Amino acid sequence: MGAEMDTAADAEDARSDHPLNSGADAPVTVVACPNGPLLVRGDFTLVGTDGAELPRTRRTVALCRCGASVLKPYCDGSHKLTGFRSDP
Amino acid sequence: MKQPSPRGELSALVLSVLAGSRGSGQDALARLDLLAVEAISRTPDILLDDDLQLTLFCLYELHYSGIDEAGDDWEWDPDLLRVRHRIEAAFEQRVRDETVVGPPPEPTSAAVCAELFRMTGEDGGPSMSRFVAKSATDDQLRELLVHRSISQLREADPHTFAIPRLSGRSKAALVEIQADEYGNGLLARMHSVLFARTMRGVGLDDTYGAYLDAVPAITLAVNNLMSLFGLHRRLRGAIVGHLAAYEMTSSQPNRLYSRGFGRLGYGSEVTEYFDEHVEADAVHEQIAGRDMAGGLVESDPRLLGDVLFGAAAGLAIDTLMTVHIMDAWESNRSSLRTAEVAV
Repeated sequence: MGAEMDTAADAEDARSDHPLNSGADAPVTVVACPNGPLLVRGDFTLVGTDGAELPRTRRTVALCRCGASVLKPYCDGSHKLTGFRSDP
Repeated sequence: MKQPSPRGELSALVLSVLAGSRGSGQDALARLDLLAVEAISRTPDILLDDDLQLTLFCLYELHYSGIDEAGDDWEWDPDLLRVRHRIEAAFEQRVRDETVVGPPPEPTSAAVCAELFRMTGEDGGPSMSRFVAKSATDDQLRELLVHRSISQLREADPHTFAIPRLSGRSKAALVEIQADEYGNGLLARMHSVLFARTMRGVGLDDTYGAYLDAVPAITLAVNNLMSLFGLHRRLRGAIVGHLAAYEMTSSQPNRLYSRGFGRLGYGSEVTEYFDEHVEADAVHEQIAGRDMAGGLVESDPRLLGDVLFGAAAGLAIDTLMTVHIMDAWESNRSSLRTAEVAV
């Protein structure tokens, strides 16, 4: 019983130290999607050039890399219309 | 959901059976089976058959939020399931006849993702979103919301049935997408709640099923297709392909829908649903293509054909609905069965 309580307390600590989508199991990963955006997952903060955090409503984001999005820095799917190619 | 109005002999009987108690009326159940057989053999096109599509929709609804007056026990009633299966078999065959799938790519995540983007990039009919952005009237925008209310007020639910049927990478990807659809735990961000807000913003009733009587058979068919794929484990590849295609054809149309509502003076309480989908689905389409659909095929290459079929079927039946709506609008008719939509 005592051991279980300790485990539960440890788990609670782990949760408070590492909120969802963060910590050792959630390193920041960036997927360069072929002919598309950069998909960013994990524990990261997105800031502007002034260092202020940018508005963000979801944990995983797609960052524009074709330059055509009207939602920059986020992707709006415009790369499909402009025929953006990521390979040289 | 409130009981819809029947659209023929079969849907009239199924609604009356559902309103009765289970175990009573074996005669009615036997007659229902007979009527279903007759209706299926008689229909010129099950996709456009109001009586059959409404009957199937009601039988599926027992697995979602239920129907007022219908006892919960009906959900797994073997006699009703037999009737449902008859209609489903004819429906699935008709959808397969309508669907063209190209040569299969390699069963790798990258190749599957590329093929899905290729399929969804082809222009498959009239563009409703461009028309909505530039010229649709206030009544036409309201009609659009009425058509979409059947699926959007329970947005994401049919695809959620697939979660326990997947594992590993494809499951994590589907859950990541669905969590976003359900607002990541924030009720106000849940997509069905955002859609309800849009409906209220233009003066429409946001009660689930309020406009069921108004939508034509093809709109019910679009929804029945998702339930067919979602409720059968056999078709888990198809529901995954369907969701991938859905996400891949969403960002740009939603941007144009938002512009259309903005053009007629509606504010962010109406356009937010569409604006949210521009950003969300640009994320979801990447996860859906590579990790969910591609991941599923890599873990079980036998499902490659089903994934492509699900995507192609969703696109094909959606195109039929778009054609129906645009044909009506181009000849200044309502695309709904009942032209008067309460304001």
